[in-house]
Amino acid sequence: MNEYLQDRSGIRAILAAGVHSRHRAKGKKIGSVAIKLDNVSKQFEGAATPAVTSLSLDIEEGAIVVLIGPSGCGKTTTLRMINRLIEPTAGRIVINGEDVTQRPVAELRREIGYVIQQVGLFPHQTIAGNIATVPKMLGWEKPRITDRIEELAVLVGLEPSLLGRYPDELSGGQQQRVGVARALAADPPVLLMDEPFGAVDPIVRTRLQDELLELQARVGKTIVLVTHDIDEALKIADRIALLNVGGILEQYSSADELLAEPANEFVAKFVGEDRSVKRLQLRTVADLPFHQGPVVAATDGPAAARATMKEYSSEWFGVTSQDVFLGWVHVDDLQDDAPLESLPRSVPAAQVQSESTLRNAMQIIMTSHTSVAVIDDGGRFGGVVTLELIRASLEAEPG
Amino acid sequence: MIPFFAQAPNPIIRWEYFIDEWDQIRRALVEHLELTIYAVTIGLVVAAGLSAVALRYRWTVAPINGFTAFLYTIPSVALFGILVPYFGLSRFSAVLPLAAYTLLILVTNIVAGFNSVSPEVKEAANGMGMTPTRRVLHVELPLAMPYIVTGLRIAVVSTVGLVTVAAIIGQGGLGRLIIDGLRRTFWTPMTIGAALSILLALALDGLILIGGRWLTPWAQRGKSAL
Repeated sequence: MNEYLQDRSGIRAILAAGVHSRHRAKGKKIGSVAIKLDNVSKQFEGAATPAVTSLSLDIEEGAIVVLIGPSGCGKTTTLRMINRLIEPTAGRIVINGEDVTQRPVAELRREIGYVIQQVGLFPHQTIAGNIATVPKMLGWEKPRITDRIEELAVLVGLEPSLLGRYPDELSGGQQQRVGVARALAADPPVLLMDEPFGAVDPIVRTRLQDELLELQARVGKTIVLVTHDIDEALKIADRIALLNVGGILEQYSSADELLAEPANEFVAKFVGEDRSVKRLQLRTVADLPFHQGPVVAATDGPAAARATMKEYSSEWFGVTSQDVFLGWVHVDDLQDDAPLESLPRSVPAAQVQSESTLRNAMQIIMTSHTSVAVIDDGGRFGGVVTLELIRASLEAEPG
Repeated sequence: MIPFFAQAPNPIIRWEYFIDEWDQIRRALVEHLELTIYAVTIGLVVAAGLSAVALRYRWTVAPINGFTAFLYTIPSVALFGILVPYFGLSRFSAVLPLAAYTLLILVTNIVAGFNSVSPEVKEAANGMGMTPTRRVLHVELPLAMPYIVTGLRIAVVSTVGLVTVAAIIGQGGLGRLIIDGLRRTFWTPMTIGAALSILLALALDGLILIGGRWLTPWAQRGKSAL
């Protein structure tokens, strides 16, 4: 009874109308190499095997690069070698053309923002005092520091009233925002983040990830982030460096490429069996080509409705009025003398937003009574999406 | 009948003694305070040095602890006695043992205070480019302060008590009043000496408590944290 519109030929007709993904690469301008790891190795004293083995990575300016891998893959060691909290035993690390070992270590670190999982706020200083740490060391004038603190509070979404509080008086999510503000205080070009969202609950984590992406869209830092959460990596990374135990680089590519074309068995296993479904999370409904579907404007009249049903071999057609989708009408309810918008619309329409992920769209279609979902593009009819269209998008080249 | 206390030959306290002997009482009180401050200051300086060594070289914690605990076990009378042949009935002979007794509690608390600083706070400080000196002075020391203040309070209170014993080598501040009273079986100076040393201990304890709160406002507010 519920298989309304579940007409295979109709779907085939939709596909015949020309499906090819216009998959949009993540819209970020990525510049020259900001951080270069050149054959970097780290052998800890007394350890049988190296923590990092001849690792070479080019990290582009303005990119979010995520280091990920199983325990013991040296991802945190690698991160900490960039700001010299750990010194490499071999190889070179170059930031903006300068070998990090050529710089006085304290001076180098003041130019690199650093955020850690437990945040590490200073409990004896107010939020404002914490944020002011690096500017104070750099000898900024007081008014300039005050202005900067206020600016950062807005940037990371902190209530200005919290600035006079102490860290222990804040929630975990608020503390993490302070940690980010503190790291950004002196406007460093590079930001290192070591599992920054590992200590907060999943809901707050998702929000902080979204905030990081919004923040990054505004500040455009070169961010190196360590995580063990593949979904987090897929969500925020421009490029993912997947490391194996001993700091061996298995693959360095975009999230989509990692999922679509895993370099080897290890990568495929690490990203998971459901990597096709995960790819759906990287794309939005807006990435799909526009599809009208068997939908007509009310003003087009009954003849147009019959034509579109014939074209799609469908027993149903959709009606829009002034670009707003009204609902689905069955062929039996079509009357030649009644205006289309007055016809009974017996099936509730499944709706997706154009900014929804394809995974979300799939979810909505699967749990609705129709095999198509109507795209709501800011209140206007934005075409339709079907499972076939979603599936076809996976055949496109990874971006 | 004549009231007992008015007529008794040797009451607990005779108030006119206060007026007659005020100079002597005041001198004893000041001396007591001075001996306490000297001893605790010297103790604090030495304890800071020993703590720095213990924190820098972990293997020295046990020997340093053992040494300060050993000093603490020496009876005070014996220690004063040992030093007199070398330094005479001087203030130095009194201050040195008093300072030695503060070491156990001070070193223990200073080390505990610095150990209480969480590793991630130190990591954050290093990662932001603090030099080790700046990190110790601006981050670790303030965070260790509640422990140090607690140690200081115990050290001061116990030193105020011990100073009275130094009276046996002719120093002792208020202790001299006590010994004087005992020797003459005249209770008034003894009562005054004992009472004033208790009051002094309470006053100094309160002062350090207030000073500590003023130094660590965050520790008071953080307690009602989320």
